[in-house]
Amino acid sequence: MGSGGTATMSAIDFSTTIGNTWFPAPTFTASGCASSGRELAQFFPLREMGGVVTKSVMSKVRHGRPTPRMAETPSGMLNSIGLQGPGIDAFIAKEIPYLVEQKARVIVSIAGETVEEYSTLARKLRTVSGISAIEVNISCPNVENRGLVFACDPEASRRVIDGVRRTIGGELPIIAKLSPDVTDLVSIARGVVDAGADGLALINTVLGMVINIDTMRPQLGGKTGGLSGPAIRPIAVRAVYQVHAALPKVPILGMGGVSSGRDALEMILAGASGVSIGTANFGNPTAIMSIQSELKQLLIDRGFTSLKQAVGFAHRTDEVE
Amino acid sequence: MSQINRSAKQLIAPVVSNKKVGQYHQIIVNVGELAESCKPGNFVAISVGGDSSRMILRRAFAISRVSSSTTFGGTMELIVAPGGQGSKWLCAQGEGAMLDIVAPLGTAFGIPTEPVPVLLVGGGYGSAPLFGLAETLNSRGCRVDMILGASTASKIYAPMEGKRAVNSMRIFTEDGSMGQQGRVTDPIPELIKDLDIAVIYSCGPMAMLSAITRITDQCDVVHQCAVEESMACGIGVCMTCVIPVKNDTGEISMLRSCIDGPVMDGSKVQWDLVGQQL
Repeated sequence: MGSGGTATMSAIDFSTTIGNTWFPAPTFTASGCASSGRELAQFFPLREMGGVVTKSVMSKVRHGRPTPRMAETPSGMLNSIGLQGPGIDAFIAKEIPYLVEQKARVIVSIAGETVEEYSTLARKLRTVSGISAIEVNISCPNVENRGLVFACDPEASRRVIDGVRRTIGGELPIIAKLSPDVTDLVSIARGVVDAGADGLALINTVLGMVINIDTMRPQLGGKTGGLSGPAIRPIAVRAVYQVHAALPKVPILGMGGVSSGRDALEMILAGASGVSIGTANFGNPTAIMSIQSELKQLLIDRGFTSLKQAVGFAHRTDEVE
Repeated sequence: MSQINRSAKQLIAPVVSNKKVGQYHQIIVNVGELAESCKPGNFVAISVGGDSSRMILRRAFAISRVSSSTTFGGTMELIVAPGGQGSKWLCAQGEGAMLDIVAPLGTAFGIPTEPVPVLLVGGGYGSAPLFGLAETLNSRGCRVDMILGASTASKIYAPMEGKRAVNSMRIFTEDGSMGQQGRVTDPIPELIKDLDIAVIYSCGPMAMLSAITRITDQCDVVHQCAVEESMACGIGVCMTCVIPVKNDTGEISMLRSCIDGPVMDGSKVQWDLVGQQL
């Protein structure tokens, strides 16, 4: 057990590090689940969480998939948004200055249809100040062609990350967001880390479908959608655990159904250096704040004096004293 | 400060009463001072099912009316149809039950600066928020006429006290079981002429809103409608509840019905493109 002792709320070091960037708290929004943060600012100050991971942005304006885009499922939901967004130029002009003004730490998530599009996006972000890291989302399931889900193909994944790394130089940490819908997640993770990713975001949504039994057709306009929420949490914990076992030095942002401090701690113990909160924001606009304070207390209760001591704790083989 | 959701607050609010009215439930919730920031057209998002629920998303309901000076302090009235699992749970909550609510959310109906004749059109329990709106319009000197429609009598929501603020109320059912037989949209062209209507306010199924827009497109009547699209968050972060809307420069984009709506200008909504790929 950690270094023990009678830790108080103020005694714990709650900070985390991804690449060369320090965050005061290990709690983030999950890309696509908090838009650009503006909507949540009414409910709590954005600077109080670890950072805002913005909705994955593409080069151009994108309308996304047809409605209905949502279907609730037991302890989860399917979404089929299809990367609707304003395009990188409008995003940089409008959203980044707002987040900087709020003193939020910003991780910009990017998505592209080609390897070149990712590099173009990285080039545009390179000179923008106020960004803490870039998330490269190579795993959005809501695209027309499954062949475009780069994260399902080890070679394509490597090429995207390599392109972004070359463009961005050594300045900004790169986090690769991966899909659990693959046969060998560890080999894909290893590939993107070799290509220059500093961290990994695990996991994106799991591809699913709901059929409406009245219309007897798929419920979603886009037919398939990404499953998120507590229903996928064990898949996420498994993914984080497996990847951390293989790549213990690579920081992981763990996500997938985290809705309480207990869930966040589970991700940390599996090997995550931070947690992203996604679908929980939909059901509770102050979810991140309560998860943050619950997690801190749970760590203190277990005798940890820093978050870092708890990262990957579940992998220890020694007996707990 | 953020302009989005700028009056919204999350609070735990007790149910003051829950009465069955026909097929619907009238639920009154004590929301304290929050009542003062709720305007006709705004909605509330409510957690359902309790802490161990497998229903993870809030349910959105139009705020049908608020009152800031009852013996309970500020209250909010909701009219709920016990359709799905979430609304059934809500309808089962009795006096004293605590609800986790986020409100007020979304846009409100615009109130004319001059007193003008207006027509309120409600489909099914979509009529609920129109009664609070009628009171506001009436207090501003507008002449308010109302028409309500549904497939059958039991789906009409028309409380007795709702008639106080309206000049006339006509009811239409498709099966003729209440009021006149026919669709609520049938009499609109004639009413526009006879009553010299300047603004139509509507709330109900999308097909009804679309049909009203086809009528108002032919004349000089403003159409403010409260749209509905399946919604996960209610606060603008999930991007599921989008509706195709044309802006002033003619560009069509997918706007969120939770923060850019639910009240929208019917003439700007691209009804033919709802559910289509842009």
